[in-house]
Amino acid sequence: MTLPEPYIEDDLREILDGVSDPEIPVLTVLQMGVVRSARLENGKAKVQITPTYSGCPAMDVIGDDIKKALKENGYDAEVELILSPAWSTDWITPAGRTALEKYGIAAPLEADADKEALLGNKRIVKCPQCGSTNTILVSQFGSTACKALFKCEDCLEPFDYFKCLK
Amino acid sequence: MEKLTDYIIQIADNSLILGQRLGDLCGHGPTLETDIALTNISLDLFGQVRSYYQYAAKLMGGDANEDTIAFLRKENEYKNVLLVEQPNTDFAYVITRQFFFDHFHWLLQDKLQQSKDETLAAIAKKSIKEVSYHVRFSSDWMKRLGDGTEESHQRIQQAVNDLWVYTDELFHMTEADQEMLQNGVGVDLSLLKDTYYERIKSVLEEATIEIPESNYFQKGGKKGVHTEHMGFILTEMQYMQRTYPNMTW
Repeated sequence: MTLPEPYIEDDLREILDGVSDPEIPVLTVLQMGVVRSARLENGKAKVQITPTYSGCPAMDVIGDDIKKALKENGYDAEVELILSPAWSTDWITPAGRTALEKYGIAAPLEADADKEALLGNKRIVKCPQCGSTNTILVSQFGSTACKALFKCEDCLEPFDYFKCLK
Repeated sequence: MEKLTDYIIQIADNSLILGQRLGDLCGHGPTLETDIALTNISLDLFGQVRSYYQYAAKLMGGDANEDTIAFLRKENEYKNVLLVEQPNTDFAYVITRQFFFDHFHWLLQDKLQQSKDETLAAIAKKSIKEVSYHVRFSSDWMKRLGDGTEESHQRIQQAVNDLWVYTDELFHMTEADQEMLQNGVGVDLSLLKDTYYERIKSVLEEATIEIPESNYFQKGGKKGVHTEHMGFILTEMQYMQRTYPNMTW
């Protein structure tokens, strides 16, 4: 599937890259793929964001943080929440995936592999601590709506796995 | 326009009331993992409800907003099915209620993706991804409990027997359903019924749970006639807004 590339105006990119996800602070909102467009119209910044999950409580904060960051840089901003097209874990950028892993959250697998892992059929989710794939599912639902809880059977550390959403 | 609003609210109310029921379990789940799972599902449902109510409020105009719709209606103005208001009797009931609802919810959202109404289609495309996880969670637990110990089997069988009477109402067509079906916005629920029962029966069989044979079914919620549980849910849910109107935090 080809993904709709978000349109981010160059002048706004740097500012938005300074806004982090409140629940996964090592990721910026751009790396997370929740900013779908950011453009300047008559000196005013218009930003469209989309939620990862419908009930994601971080969305309100993300909207406020974006407005605040733009304001600090002299832009009045309007943030609009859009639902379509629906967010997908494919929209997490490669840099975002690396940041997730470094932070201790296993990055999402492809859809088929994800299903196998979440059904407990295959041990394929890589432990972000020691790199072993000898890991087991503890719970399909983790600390936030977007994650599942896993445990590494080698280093015995529990860790979050970012669920595939397509 | 009025029928469209009715239609949106009727769909959303199921998620609101079930979400509220699941929210009751926050901190009271049988284990930490199930507690987190059930409240996560609750959160997904509330997220979907917000999208629906915000859309309905826009259509209604005036002072309506998502909060007035959620918190300031009277009992007979809520159009959720009776199934979702049934109490958290024990874990077996929580899971069975979820299981019966999730499979319906998935089939409904699947069809709503093709709705001529762009907003409803967008909400469905978003929701169905979340509901897929719900279906998997509740179906897995049906199997674990049904094919588990003698005690868990007996309890889940009891829950299935008791809640079975609320499944048929999921497919009742209200006036709003009829009208929205005609203009391409809504879904013909009667066409989902066979697939629904096939799917849940296949899980129940795998779970070694007997399928109830009763042909007697309860109805009323979609017309605003609720069971005795509904008043208690609303009392707790609406308490703050009724006591301190317009409060925010």
